[in-house]
Amino acid sequence: MTLLVTAFAAVTATAVWYFRDRDNKFKTRWLCFMYWGASIMWTVDSIFEFAGDPNGYEHASSVFTPSGADMLNDLFLGLSVVALALVIWVVILLVSDPEKRFRKR
Amino acid sequence: MACFLVPGTEAIAVTAIALIMRHSEKKKAELGAAKSSVADENEKQNKGFSHKLFWLADLLWGGVVLLAFEHLWHGEISPVFPFLTAARAGADAMSEVLHEMATVGVTMAAAVTAVWVVMVLVSNAIEKRGAAENGAILETAKDRADK
Repeated sequence: MTLLVTAFAAVTATAVWYFRDRDNKFKTRWLCFMYWGASIMWTVDSIFEFAGDPNGYEHASSVFTPSGADMLNDLFLGLSVVALALVIWVVILLVSDPEKRFRKR
Repeated sequence: MACFLVPGTEAIAVTAIALIMRHSEKKKAELGAAKSSVADENEKQNKGFSHKLFWLADLLWGGVVLLAFEHLWHGEISPVFPFLTAARAGADAMSEVLHEMATVGVTMAAAVTAVWVVMVLVSNAIEKRGAAENGAILETAKDRADK
């Protein structure tokens, strides 16, 4: 679920960068790279978790049909990850200040 | 447990290399007036590569920060020394951590690097195509001007 939420965030951030910020004025490239980097790493982590389980394919069914509590916990984690990346991006944006809102005129 | 430390180490190394490369590019740019056209072309290529090296650094740093947060969420790392929860659990737990770093961590770093290599290859192909199209447009314009 965390991987899924992050992958959706990565696709959304990439679409925003492509259609609205191709010259990277608003630093959306950072957001894309953060989400894609985490998505790739979680994909590898999931593959190892899946392949390394002694129960093999029996475990696979529980990976794809998690319990409600696990799903909710992972959803919260995924949303928290998305929020953390957005906070980092906002800090980078405000420090770079592309619209010059914090500079003397 | 601590798999993100391997891509984290790679991120530090890549960032250092990219910064050094960018610094040397700036120096070269300052001496730009005295360069030949061949040297200019080399500089352009080098600048492009330094820019692309930062893509890898950003991918690695982004993934490392978000994975560290996930490990914190699951209680696998802590903000106080010795940082790794497994370090308090004994030698067996630490050997498990090292095994995970050697397998999952190294694969994570390799996967991100592989994705970056594909990105660079695709980007180079697009740049070449763009340059060829621009060349063709210039040639057509030149021919029309000659007529």
